[in-house]
Amino acid sequence: MIPYVLRRLAQAVPTLFIVVTLSFFLVRLAPGGPFDLERPLPAAAMENLRRVYGLDQPLLVQYGRYLAALARGDLGPSFSVRDLSVAELFARGLPVSMTLGGLALLVSLVLGTLLGGLSALRRGSALDHAVTTLGTFALTVPGFVVAPLLQIAFGLTLHWLPVGGWDDGSPKNLVLPVVTLALPQVAVVARLFRAGLVEVFDRPHWRTLRALGLPPRTLALHGLRGAALPVVSYLGPAAAGLLTGSVVVETVFGLPGVGRYFVDGAINRDYTLVLGTVVLIAVFVLVLNLLSDLACALIDPRLRDFG
Amino acid sequence: MSPSPSGLAFAEASLLARARRRLLGDGLARACAALLAVVALACLLGPFVTGHPYDRLYYDYPGVPPSLALYPKPEAVGPALDRLALRMRVRAEDVAVTGEAVRLTLASDRPIDDRVLTFFSRSDTFGEARLLGRSEDGRRLTVEAPLRALRFLAGTDALGRDLLTRTLTAGRLSLALGLMATAVALGIGVVYGALAGTLGGRVDAAMMRLVDILYSLPFVFFVIMLVVFFGRSVALIFVAVGAVEWLDMARIVRAEAQAIRRRDYVRAAEALGLSTGAILRRHVVPNLLGPVVAFAALMVPRVILLESFLSFLGLGVQEPATSWGVLIADGARSLETAPWMLIVPASFLVASLLALTLLGERLRDALDVRG
Repeated sequence: MIPYVLRRLAQAVPTLFIVVTLSFFLVRLAPGGPFDLERPLPAAAMENLRRVYGLDQPLLVQYGRYLAALARGDLGPSFSVRDLSVAELFARGLPVSMTLGGLALLVSLVLGTLLGGLSALRRGSALDHAVTTLGTFALTVPGFVVAPLLQIAFGLTLHWLPVGGWDDGSPKNLVLPVVTLALPQVAVVARLFRAGLVEVFDRPHWRTLRALGLPPRTLALHGLRGAALPVVSYLGPAAAGLLTGSVVVETVFGLPGVGRYFVDGAINRDYTLVLGTVVLIAVFVLVLNLLSDLACALIDPRLRDFG
Repeated sequence: MSPSPSGLAFAEASLLARARRRLLGDGLARACAALLAVVALACLLGPFVTGHPYDRLYYDYPGVPPSLALYPKPEAVGPALDRLALRMRVRAEDVAVTGEAVRLTLASDRPIDDRVLTFFSRSDTFGEARLLGRSEDGRRLTVEAPLRALRFLAGTDALGRDLLTRTLTAGRLSLALGLMATAVALGIGVVYGALAGTLGGRVDAAMMRLVDILYSLPFVFFVIMLVVFFGRSVALIFVAVGAVEWLDMARIVRAEAQAIRRRDYVRAAEALGLSTGAILRRHVVPNLLGPVVAFAALMVPRVILLESFLSFLGLGVQEPATSWGVLIADGARSLETAPWMLIVPASFLVASLLALTLLGERLRDALDVRG
């Protein structure tokens, strides 16, 4: 298994390289620069700024320097947030985004499997229909509508929860953002888990197991084994999206996470911040996909062909 | 297929006829289609009916809540007159409000020029004023001005623009963009996929490799980059959205085209000496129709959502043009003072998305050849 993991990680390097290269040149194609202001800086000051950040070099030299720094794990200084490096910005924002995303992931896993399992066991019941209908709602109504509606309902009308802010991660401030993030994920997990269970129930081996009169606990284990696969392989990329923050949720609730860095960085022409965010997300996607593939192999022996 | 009267069996043979029959028999599908028709008609014709231009600022009515009431309200006429008189440098005296008009005397220490009356028609409260009489020294004018009767069914925004008109106008843009971007993605995807699937071999492998590479890139990020860097125009959103969405289409069409070409009846047609063009027209295209139509139907809400998302971030449609995403972003910023600014456009967006999604899902099921 270890050679497999190592090979997968090695395969990730060219992917990362392509993503970084494309992003690097796309960012530089854009008109304008990071130090453009309403009132232009004096030419000498501009010259100095560009020299300090290495922007006076030819583009290919800059590209080479960025790659060399990246290979050492250095994401460079931020252009728009003075005195902070991109790594320091991530160190501030990631705990926030990962707390929210992790909680949302937990909620969607627990609630999703619960609802999906119940509706698979009671196929065609009122509960099944309710879960399906609510799931369609949760998947269709976008987060930028859900979030402000939650603010109106629980913040401004009922006064149960704060409308926004981080407040050092106090539980009350976490509820609404986590609910917004988790809602569509719960729906997807419930759908996948229900479909997986239903498929298992229609298989001959399930009928045999039932005919053998096995205890419910053993039966449940066999059912889970079959139904968990689609959920686990969905959760890999979904977790990457959740853990690296959501622009909408962080904007609406005013949270200091990393979700906003990409859009803000792109608007301010903060080249290093944009590239850093792309690298961060790509790494999360690659690692979590690998983890979810490994988890799938753990569940289903047929997938253990690491050769 | 179960045995059925022969006439019905032939009717069943046509995929589209069967799909239409299935959809018409489905209450939910009919309700969704009706809802969509109402929203589309309202967006198309509504802005002509509401009586407000979508970009007209009513300075006297910022942040008015939704109601059936007519503006100006009777108690608001007096203060409005006082403000107006201040700007005309006169005093408003002997004010009498009669239902639809107001009669008053303008008084000043110096003779008053008639032209000050244009202030009335420039305000949001009154219409064109009529001069009824003038005192001999010209320091007192008797004037009658009709009250403008305005109705803001969905209230106004913070700048005093009619929200209903704005929401309907925004809907035009959102819906049109959804349809057109889907058409673009559909065109590229179908041609690309059909070519790859029909040509097969190395060309196919190379073409699909490109799709795989594009697929593995974080695409929403590239869309955001494109929009941020190359200006925030509707045309660019259009290109960006179309560029993301054609990949799925190409994959589906290629898979279907390949599967169809391997079917026995296509082999038989080849053996009978039909040309490739005829096979494409007679067998491949009709069989592709089902999945393509179903997928395109589900693409429309996704495109509308993507556009709204970009506009919500401020990267999409720019003022004074507007889309549902722009309005929702405005609404989310003024939750405390004017919650209707969020609720009105959000309900239009959500209703359209839900109806399109449900209808698309039904259409997919109805067009499913295996079903």
